[in-house]
Amino acid sequence: MKLFKLRGGVHPQGWKELASEREIRILPLPERLFVPLQQHVGAPAQPLVRVGEHVLKGQLIAASQGFISAAVHSPTSGRISAIGDYAAAHPSGLTAPTVTIASDGDDRWLDTDVPADPFLLTPEDIAARVGKAGIVGLGGATFPSAVKLNLSRKNNVHTLIINGGECEPYITCDDRLMREHASNIIEGVRLIRHAVGAVNVMVGIEENKPAALFAMQTAAAGTEVKVIAVPAMYPMGWDKQMIRALTGREVPADGRSADIGVLVHNVATAFAVRDAVRFGRPLVSRLVTVSGGAVAEPGNLMVPVGTLVETLFGYCGGFSSKPARLVLGGPMMGMELSTINVPVVKGTSGVLALTKGEIGREQASPCIRCSSCIRACPVGLLPLQMAAHIRAGDSAGAVSQGLKDCIACGCCSFVCPSHIPLVHYFNFAKGELMEQERGKLKQEATKKLADERIARIQRIEQERQAAAAKRKAAREARELAAKAGTV
Amino acid sequence: MNPIAHSPHAHAPISVGRVMALVMLALTPATLSGFWLYGWPAVNLWAVSLLAALLGEALVLRLQQREIKPVLMDGSGILTAWLLVLSLPPWAPWWIAVLGSLFAVIISKQLYGGLGQNPFNPAMAARVMLLISFPVEMTTWTAPQAFARAPGWLESLSITFSGAQVDAIASASLLGHVKTEFTRGIEWQQAMSGYHAPALWGGGAGSMGETAALFLLVGGLFLIYKRVITWHAPAAMLAGVVVPAMIFSAINPAHFAGPLYHLLSGGLMLGAFFIITDPVTSPNTGTGQFIFGLGCGLLTWIIRTWGGYPEGVAFAVMLMNAATPIIDHYVKPRIYGRNRRGVSLEPVKKES
Repeated sequence: MKLFKLRGGVHPQGWKELASEREIRILPLPERLFVPLQQHVGAPAQPLVRVGEHVLKGQLIAASQGFISAAVHSPTSGRISAIGDYAAAHPSGLTAPTVTIASDGDDRWLDTDVPADPFLLTPEDIAARVGKAGIVGLGGATFPSAVKLNLSRKNNVHTLIINGGECEPYITCDDRLMREHASNIIEGVRLIRHAVGAVNVMVGIEENKPAALFAMQTAAAGTEVKVIAVPAMYPMGWDKQMIRALTGREVPADGRSADIGVLVHNVATAFAVRDAVRFGRPLVSRLVTVSGGAVAEPGNLMVPVGTLVETLFGYCGGFSSKPARLVLGGPMMGMELSTINVPVVKGTSGVLALTKGEIGREQASPCIRCSSCIRACPVGLLPLQMAAHIRAGDSAGAVSQGLKDCIACGCCSFVCPSHIPLVHYFNFAKGELMEQERGKLKQEATKKLADERIARIQRIEQERQAAAAKRKAAREARELAAKAGTV
Repeated sequence: MNPIAHSPHAHAPISVGRVMALVMLALTPATLSGFWLYGWPAVNLWAVSLLAALLGEALVLRLQQREIKPVLMDGSGILTAWLLVLSLPPWAPWWIAVLGSLFAVIISKQLYGGLGQNPFNPAMAARVMLLISFPVEMTTWTAPQAFARAPGWLESLSITFSGAQVDAIASASLLGHVKTEFTRGIEWQQAMSGYHAPALWGGGAGSMGETAALFLLVGGLFLIYKRVITWHAPAAMLAGVVVPAMIFSAINPAHFAGPLYHLLSGGLMLGAFFIITDPVTSPNTGTGQFIFGLGCGLLTWIIRTWGGYPEGVAFAVMLMNAATPIIDHYVKPRIYGRNRRGVSLEPVKKES
């Protein structure tokens, strides 16, 4: 198939070989699981259980709140030991509301609703089951999948793209999933297609994963699903990049992919959809790559949500050398972990322990305007100019250069010969802008209240004056009448 | 606790020092050829120039109370002096090199705020300053003589450091000669009689590194291969000179020089591959660099053809340096999902 031309991108060292040949292993059930209530984009889920209550695997423990939110289920059977704040996957080690479950060791599933033939379900029913299973985008965006399915159906999406890009270095969980569970993924893909009524179905896989390509092509043979090799480059897994490569179209800057009739889901999401629809099993575990130069035995683990990162490293033989940095996710967009006592969540694709040599960052020096960042930017931005504006405290200037279109993919920082942390600048400025916007909203609200108060005082004053005038008129009338009476 | 590191947690194996080192490596063949053609005085001048740049930069950093070592280690000051000395007459006195290097790193670079902040190419600014201030020293050329026939090392010291004039070596550069002859109304054929056509490996009198077109081309292609520079600016500059030269010499071969003469003369190759590819003073985008290079080429040809000076590369580069901000203002990449004017694309009409 003809692929379309892409802009920018970089070719970081893959490091995939550390874990790509390691078969999926199932992590032994941890004693305690720490399940955060917010593992998705949108409103946190509302807990439905009490401390001390016994739950089964797959039981709903927190309900989805509002339009964009996702349900949370118990990853094993056991007793709720705490509901409260626990360290979250955040660089600063912030805490977040978390349900702690003490496993009873049985790992007993809740009785689930299994349809006779999932392909006979209505599209609405499939979306509802996906929503009920708490599935979110497993490629990292963690957007509630059911919301996307419903929006796509309403927008008459004609093309379904399944993202098997996995362009982040080190991360091999999607690769392994495609190699070992290709037919299950294809079934999930076909269920998603059924749910949105798409005509074209394409799975895009980077050409540096020949085994995954072969497995998926074999599994897709005879179905309406086309498996296509795409160039290996970062960020190939950016959904909009995948859309451009496979369809030649661009998603409007102010719109969504549904606006051009396209829906994108990750391969791991398709796998989770199949589990949810065919077996009624909610999303309570995921595949996580444990890798990096400081990990003794890198690998790909099937892990219950809520497992501590510490447990993962421990199962992989611990550290072979002192890690210079711990990263949650891939090295290009993942975040540094200040502690390993944080739980794996639905969006965790990998945990890395990197050595100093792998990070390769040096002290920043002045920008020489070499424009490597401009050539690397997949969006078409001018990172060096945006950074210059931000350095000068001029966020508005950076916005005029396209700051809001930045996807923080890290290509610019990666190639910068001056080692300037460009993405850090951009995220800082985006935060500042958000603050400004919040401040503006607050100011507007205050002004509205103040104006209303002035209007109210004026109204009261007017009413008082009117009343006084009325009283005066009445008094004068009375006096006049009295005068008239005396005459 | 350590400050939190922001993603990405990986980096391409590249640094400013490495970029500068690659450019110096690319300059080496042309420089060695200059040493071979012009002998020990050229080596002396090169060494003096680099040393002056290092000391000058160190002095300014000291005055600014900034750390000296990391700035000197980035190699940008040395590279500037290196490019300057390649554009000087190889037997020029030592103080020309020292003055030029100091002007380049102190006035043209550090006073503007250091690396990355200067609007004009420091080497070219220094060369133009020298050319205007010291026209005699800057146009006293030496005919090339293979190393064997060149003065010995001791004699070379007196040439560089005490201004000893050696007889029978002064020679006009080809560009200067042709300019003079054209001005006198002499026609091309007659003007060239007794003169060698310019050679790829640097046959004529000229600046130390300018005459070896072939070696400069090799160095430039190496930089393109290594992705230190892109093809846009060099190709456009060469086209900017060659295309008008072809047209005009075809119309009037007696009074306009042909493309090969222009291509292999003076500072064109050095300018196209090493000067206008200076990232600091050239536009950001490929298209911008193409426009910039085309401007440099056209201006060079115009100055060579109708200007007061026989060579125009340095002037052309500085004029186009001044135009860089405006090129960058108008030439920008298109942002994903937006049209050229930055407006979001329209949603596609539903098909099914």
